[in-house]
Amino acid sequence: MDMDYEKIGLKVGLEIHQQLNTSEKLFCGCKPELFKEEPEITFLRRLRPTQSELGQIDRAAYFEFQKGVKILYEANKTTSCLVEMDEEPPHSLNIEAVEIALTVAMMVKAKTVSEIHVMRKTVIDGSNTTGFQRTCVIALDGGIKVGEKSIPIQHIGLEEDAARKMGEEDNIIRYRIDRLGIPLIEAATAPVIRSPEEAQQVALAIGGIFRATGKVIRGLGTIRQDVNISIPKGALIEIKGVQELELISLVVEYEVQRQLNLIKISEELRKLGAKEEEIIEEFFDVTDIFKQTKGKVIQKALEQNQQVLAVKLPKFKGFLKRELMPNFRLGTEMADRARFWGKVGGIFHTDELPAYGITTEEVEKLRTAVNAEEQDAIIFVADNLENARDALKAVAKRAREAIRGVPEETRAPNSDGTTRYMRPRPGAARMYPETDIPPTQITEDYIKKISSNLPEFLEQKLQRLMSEYELNQKLAKQVLDSEYGELFEVIAKEISVSPTTVAAFLTETLKALKREGIQIEKVSENQIREIFKHVSIGELTKEAISDVVVWLSKHEDKSLQEAIEGTGLRLLSEEELKKIIDDAIKNSKDLIEKSGAKTFGPLMGMVMKEARGKADPNTVSALIKKKLEQLERKLGQRFN
Amino acid sequence: MSKKEEFFGYKSKAFEALRKAEAEIGDMIRITRNGEVYEGILIPRSEYSDEKHIALKLKSGYNVGVHITSSTKIEKTGKGAKPTFTLPPLPEQNPELPKVTIISTGGTIASRVDYRTGAVRPALTASDLYSVVPELANIARVDTQILFSLFSENITPKHWTEIAKAVAKQISQSIDGVVIAHGTDTMGYTAAALSFALQNLPIPVILVGSQRSADRPSSDAATNLVGAVTAAAKAPFAEVTVAMHETPSDASIIFHKGTKVRKCHTSRRDAFKSVNASPIARIQDRKMIMLTDDYTKRNPANKLILKPEFNDKVALIKFYPSINPTMIDWYAQKGYKGLIFEGTGLGHVGNCFHEPIRNAIKQNVLIAMTSQCIWGRVNMNVYDSGRDLQALGVIPLEDMLPETAVVKLMWIFGQTENLEKAKTLMKENIVGELSPRTLPEKTGTE
Repeated sequence: MDMDYEKIGLKVGLEIHQQLNTSEKLFCGCKPELFKEEPEITFLRRLRPTQSELGQIDRAAYFEFQKGVKILYEANKTTSCLVEMDEEPPHSLNIEAVEIALTVAMMVKAKTVSEIHVMRKTVIDGSNTTGFQRTCVIALDGGIKVGEKSIPIQHIGLEEDAARKMGEEDNIIRYRIDRLGIPLIEAATAPVIRSPEEAQQVALAIGGIFRATGKVIRGLGTIRQDVNISIPKGALIEIKGVQELELISLVVEYEVQRQLNLIKISEELRKLGAKEEEIIEEFFDVTDIFKQTKGKVIQKALEQNQQVLAVKLPKFKGFLKRELMPNFRLGTEMADRARFWGKVGGIFHTDELPAYGITTEEVEKLRTAVNAEEQDAIIFVADNLENARDALKAVAKRAREAIRGVPEETRAPNSDGTTRYMRPRPGAARMYPETDIPPTQITEDYIKKISSNLPEFLEQKLQRLMSEYELNQKLAKQVLDSEYGELFEVIAKEISVSPTTVAAFLTETLKALKREGIQIEKVSENQIREIFKHVSIGELTKEAISDVVVWLSKHEDKSLQEAIEGTGLRLLSEEELKKIIDDAIKNSKDLIEKSGAKTFGPLMGMVMKEARGKADPNTVSALIKKKLEQLERKLGQRFN
Repeated sequence: MSKKEEFFGYKSKAFEALRKAEAEIGDMIRITRNGEVYEGILIPRSEYSDEKHIALKLKSGYNVGVHITSSTKIEKTGKGAKPTFTLPPLPEQNPELPKVTIISTGGTIASRVDYRTGAVRPALTASDLYSVVPELANIARVDTQILFSLFSENITPKHWTEIAKAVAKQISQSIDGVVIAHGTDTMGYTAAALSFALQNLPIPVILVGSQRSADRPSSDAATNLVGAVTAAAKAPFAEVTVAMHETPSDASIIFHKGTKVRKCHTSRRDAFKSVNASPIARIQDRKMIMLTDDYTKRNPANKLILKPEFNDKVALIKFYPSINPTMIDWYAQKGYKGLIFEGTGLGHVGNCFHEPIRNAIKQNVLIAMTSQCIWGRVNMNVYDSGRDLQALGVIPLEDMLPETAVVKLMWIFGQTENLEKAKTLMKENIVGELSPRTLPEKTGTE
C-alpha cells in the first residue's frame, strides 16, 4: 500500500536501547552474560502492586496480582548474586557504564546532568525481581542529523536490562535473571519522525553512534527498540522491544494501517448506529447448545466441566473479520485481549462460523439464545466461569473502544512486523527515587576528560575506512552501517586478506545469508575472526567462508575445526591436489594431445569442480600450468 | 509544616536560593544556568547530600540534580498540588473472624509512595492497612496501635517494658492474638525480652518485620504480615514468636520461638533462623503446619504473668584474640551487675581474663558464658581453660544464644537484686531458652 505519511500526519518517536559491554552489571559485580544450562537456583515470588499516594494503582498489575500470578525465577551463580535476587540492596552505579553513556551524550551534543539520580520505574510483570526497573537520566536535549533533517535526542539514559521470560504454565510465569542488571544505554528521540523509512534510518544512525563507542554488546537480543506511533484521530501506541532493525519500517507501516482501519471501522459502526452503552456485560451460559458439538476445543472444555459463555455485540456483524493488518483482524485483537485478561486459549466469533466443527445449527441456536438481531455478532469462550467472564468482559470493553476509535495501549511486535496487545499503557505515576543508591555527581573536569577522548564521528570514520583500507565508498558506507563494522577493522588489521574481501563478506554476503534465513547471529565474532585467520594462513579458501559460516550457524557450540571437517572443506594437501590434476590430465589425454596448451581452461574447470573451496584457485592454476609445461617438454615436438 | 521541613535536605546556598524563590517541596520550578533551562517539581534531598545541587523531578518522571552557582536563576512557576488521597471506606468486618491487634513500633510493614516527591509514607492505621493489604479483611478483624516509630537499633529495654505492657493491655481486652511490627535489626532481642516479660500467655504474640522495604512491589512485608496475622488469629500455640520468610521464595512463612531466634543475614528475606531448636510452625498455601510438639497451647483460660522490668546494667562481651581484659574492671567499677561472654568454641576466653574475672566476681558481678559459634552448646569441662573459668565462678549457659542470655540477665536483674537467686534463675530454663538436648538441626542459611 502506497501511503502519503505526511498527509496522514504520522508521528513516530523512538527509544533505542542497547546492552553495554562492561565487565560487570550495572548494580553488582556479576558478569553481564546469559546461561543456557539448567538453573542452579530457583525461587518463587509474587509482586504486589504498590499503592501511590494518589491512590492510583496499575490496573493491569493489580489484576495479575488478584489472579494469583506467581513468578518462578531461574538463576545460576556465575550470572546472578543476591542483588538480582532482590535479596541484597544494589551496589553503587557502575561507573564504566556511566562513562559510556556520557560519551554517547557528548557525541549527540546533549547536556549532561550535574547529578545522576537513579529512579525506580514500576514494572510489575515479573521481569524485574524488585517490581521496578532501575533507570536514570544521564543527559538531556541533544540531537543528531539524519540526512538533512535534525532529529532531537530528548534523553540519554542508563537502565538495567530485565529478566528473560522463559515460559508460562498455568499461573506461574518463568523468568531467568541472568539478563537482569546488564547495563542498557537508552536514547529517546522526539516524535518528529514522519515515515516508516525515516524511522529505520534514525534507528540506524543512533545504533551507529552506540557502536562507535566500541562498548556495546552485539547480536540478537542485545538491542531493543521501542517505537511510539500516533496519527491524528488515532492513538499513541507504544510498541515495545523490536529487536531487529529491519523490522522497524514494517512495524510502523502496519501500525499506521491498523489505526487507519480501526478509524474506518469506528466511523462505519457509528454510522450503523452502534452505541457503547448497548454493549452490555450480560454473559449468556450457552453450554447446553454445545453438549453434542463436534468442535474439538469446546468438547475438551466440556469434558473438564467448564462452561461456554457468550456475549452479544450489537451491529458488529462483519466487522470482526475485517483485516487490520496482514492476517490480523478485529477478531484477533479481541482474542488477544481475552487471552490477556481471561487467561483463555482463544475466542470464537460468529463472523468466522460455521467452522472448526461448529455447525450452522449451533450458530442459529446461539443467535436465538442471546436474542441476536441480524446485524449483531456474538463472541463466546469455553473455560472455567471466572476466566470466561474475565475474557468476555475484556472483549466487551474492546468492542466499546472499537466504536470510539483506537485505544491507547502497549503492543509487542511479532516476527512478521505485525503487533499484538501487550498491556494497557502504564499510568504516568510510576517513578520514584531509588533510595538505596546515592546520587552520582558528574564534575566538569570529568566531562572535560571524557570529551577530549571521544571516538571518531561517523563522517570521519567513513573517510578513514576509504583511505586506510582502500574500500570504495559504497563498501565503506556499508561497513559503517554494519553491526560488524568494528570486527572488520579488527580482522583487516590482523591478517593479510584483502580488506575489500573482508568488508564484502561482512556486509553483502552476511546480509544475503540472512535473507536466506541463515541465523548468522549464532556465529560469534570470534569464530568469524578465526575463519579469516585460517584463510590468511592458507588453511581455508575464501570460497569456503560462506559454507563454514552456514555450518557453524546450524551447529552452535561447535568449533571451527569441527566446521572445517563437517563441511569437508579442509584445504587439500599438495599431494591430494596433484592427484586430482593427474587424474584430470589422464582423463583428457586425447584432448591434450590434440589441443596442447589450450587445454588449460577445460582442465582448470575440471579440477576446480572437485577442489572448489578446498584449494586456492591460484595454487591450482599454478600446478596445472606446471604440469602442462612438464608435459610439453616431454611431448615437445608434438605440441608444435 | 515548619520552614525547616519545607526545605528538607537543603542547606546554605541551595536553601537560600530556594527561599528567595519562595519555592516549597512539590512546587514547579524553573532553573536557568549558563543558558540551560531545567523545569520540574522540587523534591526533597537527603540530609547528607551536598548544598550545591537542587533535585528536580522532570516532566518525564525522572529526577536529576542541577548544580547551582551564584549566577543560577531559580523561579517558582507553579504551586504544587497536595496529594488528595482519601482512604477507601473500611471493608465490612466479618464478626465471625478473630480479633487481632497490630502494635507498631517502627519499621514499615506497609506503605504507599508519593510519586510526586518520592516520599514513602507508612500505612499504619487499620483502614490504611486494609487498603494496602486487602487480604487481611478475610483473616481477622484488625485493630492497630501505634506505640512508637523507631528504627530497631534505637529500641532499648525501656521500650521492651512498654511493648510488654501494651500487649498485656490487649490481652486483658480478650483479643485473639497480637502482632508486633518491628524493625528487623534487633527484633530477635525484643522477641527474647517479651518471652521473659509475658509468661503463661493465653494467645500468640507474633513479631513481624520485613527485609525489603514495603514501598517496593517485591517486598516481603505484606506476605509476612498476612502470615503473622493469620497465626495471631488462629495458631494453636500461645508463644512469643518471630514470623518471617522461610526461604528467598514467597512460598512459606516460618515461626521461630522468641528465645531461640537470631538474625543471621544482613539482607536476605530468610535472615531469621531458629538456632539450636526447630521452628515452631510454618504457613504454606494458607495452611499452618506445626513443626514441633514442644509449645504452649493457646488457651484463653491462661492467666498472663506480666514481668516487664529490665535492668540495663548488663553487658555482652565478644572475645577475640588481643582483646583488652581490663574492660572487665571498667564494667565492675561502673556498677554492672552481670556480664555475658561470647567466648570461643566450647566456651573459652584467654588466660589474661582470669584476674579481672576473679576481681569482678569478688565484686558480685554475675559472669556467664555463651559461644560465638552461634550453633551448638558450650561445654566447659573438656579443656583446662573451661575448667579454670568454672573454678573462677563463670556459669556455662548450655545452648543459650548470646543475645538471649544478655536479655535474660537484664530481665533477671529487673526481677531481683539477689545474686544467688539470679544465678539460679540464669541456670534454669524459664521460657524455652535452654534445652537439655541438641538435635542435628540444620545450621546456616542453606
